[in-house]
Amino acid sequence: MKRSRVGSWVAIALGTLYFVLPLVATFEFSLKMRRGVYSFDAYSAVFADPRFQATFLYSTVLAIATIVLGVLLVVPTAYWIQLRLPRLRGIVEFITLLPLVIPAIVIVFGYLRMYNSSSILPLTGSAAATDVLLTFSYVTLALPYMYRAVDTGLRAIDVRTLTEAAQSLGASWATILFRVILPNVRIAVLSGAFLTFAIVIGEFTMASLLDRPAFGPYLQLMGANRAYEPSALAVIAFAVTWACIGFIQIFARGKGVRPDGR
Amino acid sequence: MDARVLTDAPLPAEDPRRFLHLEHVQKTFAGGANVVANFNLSVKRGEFVSFLGPSGCGKTTTLRMIAGFEMPTSGRIEIAAKDVTHLRPNQRNVGMVFQAYALFPNMTVAENVAFGLKVKKRPAEEVRARVSEMLRIIKLPNHGDRYPYQLSGGQQQRVALARALAVKPELLLLDEPLSALDAKIRVSLRQEIRSLQRDLGITTIYVTHDQEEALSMSDRIVVMNEGHVEQIGSPFEIYNFPRTRFVASFVGTLNLLEGRVVDPASGRLAIDDQEIVAARVTGALKPGEVRSLALRPEAIVLGDAGEGSNRMKGTIEEVSFLGAVIRVRVRFRENAVSLDMFNNPGVAAPERGSAATVSFAREDVLVLEGAGA
Repeated sequence: MKRSRVGSWVAIALGTLYFVLPLVATFEFSLKMRRGVYSFDAYSAVFADPRFQATFLYSTVLAIATIVLGVLLVVPTAYWIQLRLPRLRGIVEFITLLPLVIPAIVIVFGYLRMYNSSSILPLTGSAAATDVLLTFSYVTLALPYMYRAVDTGLRAIDVRTLTEAAQSLGASWATILFRVILPNVRIAVLSGAFLTFAIVIGEFTMASLLDRPAFGPYLQLMGANRAYEPSALAVIAFAVTWACIGFIQIFARGKGVRPDGR
Repeated sequence: MDARVLTDAPLPAEDPRRFLHLEHVQKTFAGGANVVANFNLSVKRGEFVSFLGPSGCGKTTTLRMIAGFEMPTSGRIEIAAKDVTHLRPNQRNVGMVFQAYALFPNMTVAENVAFGLKVKKRPAEEVRARVSEMLRIIKLPNHGDRYPYQLSGGQQQRVALARALAVKPELLLLDEPLSALDAKIRVSLRQEIRSLQRDLGITTIYVTHDQEEALSMSDRIVVMNEGHVEQIGSPFEIYNFPRTRFVASFVGTLNLLEGRVVDPASGRLAIDDQEIVAARVTGALKPGEVRSLALRPEAIVLGDAGEGSNRMKGTIEEVSFLGAVIRVRVRFRENAVSLDMFNNPGVAAPERGSAATVSFAREDVLVLEGAGA
């Protein structure tokens, strides 16, 4: 008993070191910009860089657009699968998992072939249209996370009975979806939203190959040309991700709904 | 055709005897399973009708067809002289209470009750007044700000009832609303539901597999089995004059015996070579025919009741102490009967293995159609 407990603590300590040590080292290195003393100069330089502000803002806007589109696509789909087409669940789950199996670079080359400037739908023909294409591609990338989060949320409530109760009270499909179902999977949707945000903020491949000024390519650019700023950016990116996870935890304690989701 | 013509068209007159009317309603699911077969029923305005039957008998499917959640494969459903067979659930003005309460977890009690009124875009003042009235009726006037998970099961079901009634539906449908509650709450809540239904005069269909619930609450009971209606009647008729073996065995505790017809004219039958006389016979008897006989435990007394009663001799096989009553099982030969005695502490309970005579009135023996266990 005692030996197994020591073993557990050793495993936890090793795991913590494995994850934390590189972060601590990166953070420590990011503070060394000024010779001989620790300082936040690298962070000041990063925050002062207009490209940082522009790319971060660009990625944030696209992340929000991705979340909105993702919710509009996934919530009704998962709801309908749960309510009327449970036999299709396996197929839909398989489709939503495809972005994890197919590399982003393959997807983006597919987009470039399908939507190039000489195609029927030349989405790469202008910056605005490419932004739309990039948003769609982000929706695809975030699909496994968003679908799983929403599906788990829907399974935690009695979708069919709630729907029928609302129907018997005269509610239309739109009322049922937006006033009954969506508020009851709010935590699940928020979880999916924050995961999507974290994915989009750091995404490199799609934005780079579609040549859009996103935060991911900016990180790569800085990493190739600077010494300390990339470490500061890495720490900032981690902080954004952690903040998203923190928000998931905070919103998971929403009022009116049990912690177990019921 | 202009709108005036449409609005001025006379509405079909409502027959109060068939406020809810189901005509040849049938439901067949994919794969050919016939869940409800040729269901016919007319319910009077303000009547409380229970659908009673075992799991899978089609009672909930029938209720769901009335609510509009299932479409009949064939047949017609009318509410207040209006054909609603193909109307969507939100167009039927039917209130529904579910076994699992189905309160919206994200809304408070008051918001749940107000939901249907808000959907119908009623003025805010009317919504407030109606919610207060409904909460007062269900005796939860101070629970409006609570969330469903902060209420007990019984309270949640009362809120569900208030929510269904708040919109003043023409018809109230209750799908085993008390099944998830404990025994004491069930008894008190069924009395509350019945008295509320009487006060409001709302036509109600109540689905249950609990015979006691159906017998104590209903104006009429529809006993269903394997998608068919076995019998429709008042609780008194269903209990005392069951038409089929299924109804007799499903409603109440019942002794079923096998008897051979000796004399059809006098109603004499032989049970394990002991002759009895039956005064209530379903269908014509034929000499030598084997029939099932139904006999309620409360109709049998231990001992010799004298001339004019049926008397049978047997052996006491089992004695079960049930608190207020003692259930005694007496075996003849192939057949046996159970009877209930009041528990009298001054009188010793009969002993197992001892010889006993049981008596029952001729009028209490019901000869059913057909035979077999």
